[in-house]
Amino acid sequence: MSFDFAVILAKGPQILAGLGVTILIWVAGTILAAALGFLVATARRYGGRLADLVLSVPVEVLRGTPFLVQIFLLYFGGPYIGLRLDPIAAGLLGLSVYGAAYYAEIFRAGFQSVPPGHSEAADCVGLTRIQTILHVQLPEMALLVLPPSMNMAVILLKETALLSLITVPEMTMTVQAIGSQQYAFVESIVVLALVYWALVELANFLGRVAERRLSTYSA
Amino acid sequence: MTQPAISVRNVSKRFGETLVLKDINLEVPRGQVSCLIGPSGSGKSTLLRCMAFLEEASAGMIEIEGEPLGFSEKDGKRRRQTAAELRRTRSKIGMVFQQFNLWPHMTALGNVSMALRRVRGLSRKDAEERAMAQLVKVGLEARAGHYPSQLSGGQQQRVAIARALALDPTIMLFDEPTSALDPELTGEVLNVMRALADEGMTMVVVTHEIGFAASVGNNVCFLDHGQLLFHDTPEAVFAAPRHPRLEQFLDTYLDRGAQMLR
Ligand SMILES: Nc1ncnc2c1ncn2[C@@H]1O[C@H](COP(=O)(O)OP(=O)(O)O)[C@@H](O)[C@H]1O
Ligand SMILES: [Mg+2]
Repeated sequence: MSFDFAVILAKGPQILAGLGVTILIWVAGTILAAALGFLVATARRYGGRLADLVLSVPVEVLRGTPFLVQIFLLYFGGPYIGLRLDPIAAGLLGLSVYGAAYYAEIFRAGFQSVPPGHSEAADCVGLTRIQTILHVQLPEMALLVLPPSMNMAVILLKETALLSLITVPEMTMTVQAIGSQQYAFVESIVVLALVYWALVELANFLGRVAERRLSTYSA
Repeated sequence: MTQPAISVRNVSKRFGETLVLKDINLEVPRGQVSCLIGPSGSGKSTLLRCMAFLEEASAGMIEIEGEPLGFSEKDGKRRRQTAAELRRTRSKIGMVFQQFNLWPHMTALGNVSMALRRVRGLSRKDAEERAMAQLVKVGLEARAGHYPSQLSGGQQQRVAIARALALDPTIMLFDEPTSALDPELTGEVLNVMRALADEGMTMVVVTHEIGFAASVGNNVCFLDHGQLLFHDTPEAVFAAPRHPRLEQFLDTYLDRGAQMLR
């Protein structure tokens, strides 16, 4: 038995299309997850006890169940409650909501890291709550939340592979299909691994650049 | 009688079970320097923070230039002010903290110009021009582009004073502004405060700098276990014979300039 990567690489354009879907869902999903997670963390911190308690439930459920189970529920269970989504929309929504639960926790720790006096100083010069969050707390916590945020982005990238199971035409589904058509299953998996790994390295590199730029002011 | 800058009426504050301020009554006159002294844990910071509504008094009322702060009274009931009402009353006050509380991700100029832009709505250029004027006033124009982490403690505290002054408050509150500083850096901060006092700024200063209280203060308030034991001119407060609690307190602060009173 010998490896034959040529048959896989000959399908370059198809693979690129799958890669495009993966990157689209990953980037859009991560941005939506971070934004939603930030809103949840903000609401939990400033919305009073009740909001904190109510929001803790979905956060814990989402963090306590496998992503695969969540997307199956969303995609196959959704129609029972009138939520009919095409695979890409379901994948994007599922990834965003799943990621949001983790980002909510990351930003919660971020809020806790900002010394209360820094917000009090903002109160005293007349900034509104929202201005304080946007101009004082968020930039101050940025350096702290950046590494776990990038880490989460990498996890979300890897989770997108599971979306092949709800027929999202992303990279894993595309390459696996090519592999079984061409009787080159193992080769297809190797190619997949290499491409995911390259994307992860790219993300880590961007994270380090961002970290360096943010750290100009810390001694 | 002219209206006081701050009037504190029957203010009590409890944290859980402990009563930290006990029925405080105090009028802070305009254009004067009022110093709050007292042993550690006596409630000085809590009282000062109540004057900026960073703490909510459990009972009583505080008025800033005749306007209720934080709560307003209606039909004998206390009602919490809206955020906008609170901001309006609080705009008369500038606050300086023991730990400076500068925003670390902004330069000195950024710290001072922030509220001018975001609260006053000035353009970046106008805000920075006015912020620079405040930095000149505290002698730090050459450090405008430095981040807090690149400044000494004394310089950070002067930036914090400039930040508070930028919004033209009529009252400045200081909570132990020199206590976090190395001894050789306290002078530069006290000099800025002295200059501010000479301009006629109304100031309330929580301090352990007895020398400053005696020489710059117009009034001295002595707090002990949450009670305002007395409130008078420094001459009267520090003249012998002194209250035994004050005597005891001064003994522990001889190194802070209190020897000049001996
Ligand atoms: N946020 C708080 N929660 C509970 N207790 C507090 C809090 N802030 C201050 N205290 C207590 O209130 C008392 C007075 O504190 P403080 O006003 O800081 O005293 P001072 O500034 O005179 O040293 C102290 O016993 C302190 O432990
Ligand atoms: Mg104190």
